[in-house]
Amino acid sequence: MTYTFGLDTFGDRNSDAGGKPLSHAQTIRNVVDEGAFAEQAGVDFFGIGEHHTEYFPMPAGDVALAAIAARTERIRLGSAVTVLGSDDPVRVFQRYSTLNAISGGRAEVILGRGSSIESFPLFGYDLADYEQLFEEKAALFAELLKGGPVTWEGKTRAPLFNQDVVPHTEDGPFPAWIGVGGNPESVIRAARLGFSLALAIIGGRPARFAPYSELFQRALEKFGQPPRPILVHSPGHVAVTDEQAKAEFWPHYRDIITLVAAERGFAIPTRDRFDWETGPDGALFVGSPEAVARKIAANLRVLGATRFDLKYGMPGMTHDQLMTNIELYGRQVIPRVRELLS
Amino acid sequence: MAELSRLAVLGAGHLGPVIARLALRAGYPVAIAASGAPEDIALITELMIPGAQPRWASDAVADADIVVLAIPLHRVQDLDPGLLSGKLVIDAMNHWPASNGVVQAFEDGGSSEIVAGHLAGSAVVKTFNHIGYHELEDRARPAGTPDRGAVGIAGDDPAAVAATAALADRIGYDPVRLGSLRAGRALQPGGPVFGVVLTRPEFERAVREETKRAVREETLREEVLREEALREEARSLS
Repeated sequence: MTYTFGLDTFGDRNSDAGGKPLSHAQTIRNVVDEGAFAEQAGVDFFGIGEHHTEYFPMPAGDVALAAIAARTERIRLGSAVTVLGSDDPVRVFQRYSTLNAISGGRAEVILGRGSSIESFPLFGYDLADYEQLFEEKAALFAELLKGGPVTWEGKTRAPLFNQDVVPHTEDGPFPAWIGVGGNPESVIRAARLGFSLALAIIGGRPARFAPYSELFQRALEKFGQPPRPILVHSPGHVAVTDEQAKAEFWPHYRDIITLVAAERGFAIPTRDRFDWETGPDGALFVGSPEAVARKIAANLRVLGATRFDLKYGMPGMTHDQLMTNIELYGRQVIPRVRELLS
Repeated sequence: MAELSRLAVLGAGHLGPVIARLALRAGYPVAIAASGAPEDIALITELMIPGAQPRWASDAVADADIVVLAIPLHRVQDLDPGLLSGKLVIDAMNHWPASNGVVQAFEDGGSSEIVAGHLAGSAVVKTFNHIGYHELEDRARPAGTPDRGAVGIAGDDPAAVAATAALADRIGYDPVRLGSLRAGRALQPGGPVFGVVLTRPEFERAVREETKRAVREETLREEVLREEALREEARSLS
């Protein structure tokens, strides 16, 4: 079994060592440095998730990915996720097939909704139409990926008739995944449309997603699709010791969760909950290289997944902390997980 | 013991399968339906809700005593009120603009009151909406367990509230009755019990404080309106 390991960011706004927020522009330049450094550290994939907020100023991650592509040779680059429902599948295909060209065939895309909804009002979409928007656009994207002229008609964008969409890819479709967060109907859709499955697990016991993996494999068989890989995306932070990792991560995790809780009207998680989530059963991969490696290995096994993407960083962390995280993840966590799984 | 009620769970997304599994575990016969044909959810049912029967929504509802609504809130208007007439309907849905966007029809007041307005022939009870779908399963506990969580039960029909409380208790939660469907507003997003699992005493305290706050707010609003009326009257006299 071949396992691969990635890092994801939402362009979490950095602070300096004194806690003062850096500009959006500096944060984006830091993300480009982090992506280039991830390759040196031995990471297989670098993903950027679309967000449109003051603390995640990353609405055009594909531009940053192109800059990383120009500075790297091996690492695969993709979205994590592209909010397809509020985008145009033709434009998404064009942007990522351009990235694929620049990077010499290293582009990927993860389509989904993410947990935030700012892009819908921003681009004039109604979330009440979400199901139809995503279903139609994912189906069109699957057609575009095949290459060759596309004929398509639906309710969410202008029809296409025998349309050649450029740039063509050199070696067939690039990898495309659908990100799901716990809706079994979304798992069925990924299988039906021929996408790989990305499980976004950001709280609770990751093991509870095991039935989704089986559902995906069975659905692929039912729809006559070839076997496809499953990846797991979870948040975390690696430092030299468990204590240091938790101390660096917790205040920023608390701040962002408090902010999101206020926006969405749910209760603020406690420190006890954080300690549980960072423990062996939870979904936060925060700790020393050994602790995080063991947790990744255990979860890949139980979930039948072959790729793990660590969503690193939190708004308010420093670029140095993130670079140390990347270095430890690439040089210690990944080799250790491979060893544990061999 | 009398035979348990038959459940129809509408919705095979995040929440529906969780409630279906909990009810099956508690011994209830459960049918599940999505918006389309039973074949579409056959795999989901087989692997994730073993023991449940995938059916067309209309068939599942026709044979059920209790109907659980776990569909996107804006789709409630597509439900045929006649089909659900005379049924106990559990509303586990939320109007949650920060997560699902604004649904204009639900902008004013309690979402379950609006659901009940559409389903005029049904006894609507609001519950299970205020605990996250995966927590709902992880935190279910047998009666008497010290850390057993509580769920609020809000409805206007005492028999329906009692039956829902019995269901909640069987699937693993201490039921806390809230008096009326309107009082169920305390269970909504932004309220004190939304997104957190509380024990019965904690839950009761949080809801009491919320009720006091709501009454204070209401009194204040009435005072402002009275003052405005008085000022208006004074202007018309001068």
